Amino acid sequence: MTGMGTPAIAVRNLVKRYSKSKTNAVDGVSFEVSRGEIFGLLGPNGAGKTTTIGVLTTSIVPTEGSAHIYDVDVARDPISVKQRIAVVPQQSNLDRSLKVREILTFHAAYHGVPRKQREALADKLLDELGLGERKNEKVNRYSGGMAQRLMIARALMHEPDVLFLDEPTNNLDPQSRLFLWERIREMNARGLTILLTTHDMDEADKLCNRIAVMDHGKILVNDTPAELKKMIPGGTALEVRASGVRAAEKVEAALAAISGVTKVEPVAEEAEPGTLTWRLYAEAVNNHIGPAAQAVLGEGAEVRDLSVKQPSLEEVFIFLTGRHLR
Amino acid sequence: MNKLALKAFFAILRRDIVVTWREFIPFLLQALMQPLFILFIFGKVLPNIGLASGSFASLMLPGIVALSGMIAAMQGVTLPLVLDLGFAREIDDRLLSPLPVWWVPLEKVLFATMRGTVASSVIFPLGRLILGSGYAVRTDRLPILIGMVVLTALVGSTIGLLMGTTIKPEQISLMFTLIFTPLLFTGCTYYPWGALNHIRWFQILVLFNPLTYAAEGLRYSMVPPMNGFVLTTLGLNWILLALGMSVVVMFALGTRTFYKRVVT
Repeated sequence: MTGMGTPAIAVRNLVKRYSKSKTNAVDGVSFEVSRGEIFGLLGPNGAGKTTTIGVLTTSIVPTEGSAHIYDVDVARDPISVKQRIAVVPQQSNLDRSLKVREILTFHAAYHGVPRKQREALADKLLDELGLGERKNEKVNRYSGGMAQRLMIARALMHEPDVLFLDEPTNNLDPQSRLFLWERIREMNARGLTILLTTHDMDEADKLCNRIAVMDHGKILVNDTPAELKKMIPGGTALEVRASGVRAAEKVEAALAAISGVTKVEPVAEEAEPGTLTWRLYAEAVNNHIGPAAQAVLGEGAEVRDLSVKQPSLEEVFIFLTGRHLR
Repeated sequence: MNKLALKAFFAILRRDIVVTWREFIPFLLQALMQPLFILFIFGKVLPNIGLASGSFASLMLPGIVALSGMIAAMQGVTLPLVLDLGFAREIDDRLLSPLPVWWVPLEKVLFATMRGTVASSVIFPLGRLILGSGYAVRTDRLPILIGMVVLTALVGSTIGLLMGTTIKPEQISLMFTLIFTPLLFTGCTYYPWGALNHIRWFQILVLFNPLTYAAEGLRYSMVPPMNGFVLTTLGLNWILLALGMSVVVMFALGTRTFYKRVVT
């Protein structure tokens, strides 16, 4: 989060109401993305993510509020914005009439990149994204993963400042997903600002510097993944697994007696036959590892495992947006 | 900024030319198959078996030129647009290029006009080949002829733009039947407008079809005087006015619906 100069993306009090709708698809959203950040927009289907991205990428006109890319007003000067951004959509919109390499060179030509430069850049990107061997084919025979990589290569052809990735690894096999994560980090390391949407909490956690969780057109929270995880009531927990337990209630009482422990709860599922597991909540659970082990040993049982459990982003997400299906 | 937008515009135009050039033979077949048979049956077979007079061919040839150009131009816009706006979204990459949104349909129209002009032009050698001695085209109105060919294609591509932006993918076959068929048969392609005198209501009805004016304009510039008799067509002023209005109205409406489909 460099924070220097104007932000790469600035959204202020953005409202979008579609003509036939009674509610606002985006309902007063404000956020900023600094240059060089990877920013994640999370939320259930229909939360307003796609509409927000639509406004930022000039295909949706805001009803109220404003959106700026590098200080350029998206609604007032969409042409300048288009030259600065690139979009990788969820579903392939690759030009199926062109050959793979031409998809890249034509894209660059649309953006005024001179011929020599675009030819060289196309070859370089195709090699980097592992598509060099099949650059003279048409995309009909491309797998989902290859199409996704090609769309990313295409996005980079005019050297944009801000990249929008709409669910970049949706439906990809694990290899492609890891490969894409690598590339996303690489592009970011070269200074590209990235805004991505995803349903994949693991992905958001691993890639994003900051995450905004959206629901019903509003941003509920906007923070680093680490800070978001602290939002879960109880925060981090210490899990203690023990074997040879004679009286479960006594062990539980001993654990609860440790000073600073606010709550102890038995974990229902049996991780290993003949063992019992408890979860301890406290302000700073790391301080209670020793006492917890001693409490178990003091009751004549054996410690099999002690681990600090971080709440996952998924738990944060469900906590914020509820469990009901959309 | 304008320079950048112009570069984008010409790159998009170049893309269409490259793609079509690669498919040039299929494109020609598509454009020529129907006129080939129409010319053969109406210009050769019917006169030979005595069901039409020999001069029918030279009255009909301008109609075929108009029809081919208009259809090729329409097809160049309508089908790609219906699919693109419906689900393929291949056009998104062009919409994200640094040019005003309405330049994208403008490019489509310009390119389809080129397509239509080519399709019209190839009818001439084809006509000569099939009609043989029945082929008669006056050459003293060549500039008007060229203008009419281009204008006809332009009319077709702007109609195609409006159709392409309003038809939904699931309606394609129905709309083609509902729009194309009446367009083909009420466009004065197979008969000169003046000959409709006896069917007054029909003569008025066909005036609502832009193809009528295109066919009449081409007849004006192509049909030579026969036995000292000069064919009377619709007035050139009326023709130009009607075709010009059609282009302006169709392009304005088509661009408006295009914009509504891609920017919400």
